[in-house]
Amino acid sequence: MPVETPTIDGDSARMVACIPRLRRYARALVGEHAAADDLVQDTFERAWARRRTWRRDGDMRAWLFGIMHNLYVDQRRRKGRAASTLSDAGVDLPVRPTQTDNLEIRDLGAALALLSAEQREIMLLVALEDMPYDQIAVTLGIPTGTVMSRLSRGREKLRLLMSEGLRPAALKEAK
Amino acid sequence: MIPSAITDEDLHAYVDNRLTQARRADVEAYLAENPDTAARLHAYSEQKAAIQAFHRDVLDEPIPHHLFLAATGLSPAPGPLSRPVWLSSGMPRRIAACFVIAGAGALGGWIGRGALRPAPSGAAGAAMGVSGLPRRAAMAHRVYSADARRPVEIGADQKRLLVHWLSKRLGTDVHPPTLAAQGYTLIGGRLLPGPHGPVAQFMYQDADGQRLTLYMSGEDGADEHAGMRFSREGQVNVYYWDYDKFGYAVSASIGKVPLKRLADAACEQLESG
Repeated sequence: MPVETPTIDGDSARMVACIPRLRRYARALVGEHAAADDLVQDTFERAWARRRTWRRDGDMRAWLFGIMHNLYVDQRRRKGRAASTLSDAGVDLPVRPTQTDNLEIRDLGAALALLSAEQREIMLLVALEDMPYDQIAVTLGIPTGTVMSRLSRGREKLRLLMSEGLRPAALKEAK
Repeated sequence: MIPSAITDEDLHAYVDNRLTQARRADVEAYLAENPDTAARLHAYSEQKAAIQAFHRDVLDEPIPHHLFLAATGLSPAPGPLSRPVWLSSGMPRRIAACFVIAGAGALGGWIGRGALRPAPSGAAGAAMGVSGLPRRAAMAHRVYSADARRPVEIGADQKRLLVHWLSKRLGTDVHPPTLAAQGYTLIGGRLLPGPHGPVAQFMYQDADGQRLTLYMSGEDGADEHAGMRFSREGQVNVYYWDYDKFGYAVSASIGKVPLKRLADAACEQLESG
């Protein structure tokens, strides 16, 4: 195919190409299927509305993830106001351990849900998108040092969650 | 030279394969003497692989219609498009669009060109105009004809299934035309979202691997009198026409003249079928 010129067609095609990755990330982030797709849809709608904020030489994927991040933060803020007594850790996730005891955590989804949303975002961008740390910093609008400290704490917390309990099947199979 | 102290950041960058070769060697030397840290990093690598495996399936899921529309900036605007009353009654139902071309085509093509070019900035919705058929067809052509792995959802080897499935989804009998005389073979088709419901896309290929798509979309305000029109959408040339509530578009990255021959052949078969 010839080189694409920066037209609406080209942008559309580039955005369509990003759908599967945005869906995967959203699913991992919010847990629930329909809510995740809603977040993806909102992301595209906002992206089209603010298309001029995208630098033509920039990475469209990172720009879209940044938009999704902002929408997700807004969402959580709204939910936080509605249910201010809930803790930070995974309040909007349906995948949660059914027992109160951490030893009962059996799968990775449940373990991820126990990380803070901030830690989870970074863990997912690193693992799913293989995004460089400085690009994550730009995407999330935080310093690279903060990316590193959240990654460090998130990884350690997940390690402890996974090793304390029964060795989770998901981790074993994935090797 | 003694390497500088290994930091926590180095350790994570090691897991994520982001170190220079020299620094990587430093970390490996450090890990050889610190088995606890090595075990911890091993666990981090495992959890990273597990996260990747845990969500891999999502990438292969079919894309829902509403997300495709949102990504292309084509989400239906609130409120239905107003449709001229005269289109729905009084006029003869079927006019052979392929044969209207002679006089009106040149003019239609010329006007269509100006009217349907994408707007130079923002406002994707506005750029759609009344139908945006050639643009949508060209976009779908670009996205799927470039897909080496899965250009079609159902292959031509299952033609009966393909025809049945698409007919059912579009709510009308669908018969992909034969373009063998023009050197193109049907390789399959897929269903796509459109602003007014599902759209069928048939994919053809010639002996050199050049791909051509036929896009068939239910259109609000289909205008059979407009005849066959031409639109250039970036690198893709499109001939399109309306017939019996459907808009059709033939798209390929080939010259206008050979494309016109193919569009004529498709149009005649579709209207006689």
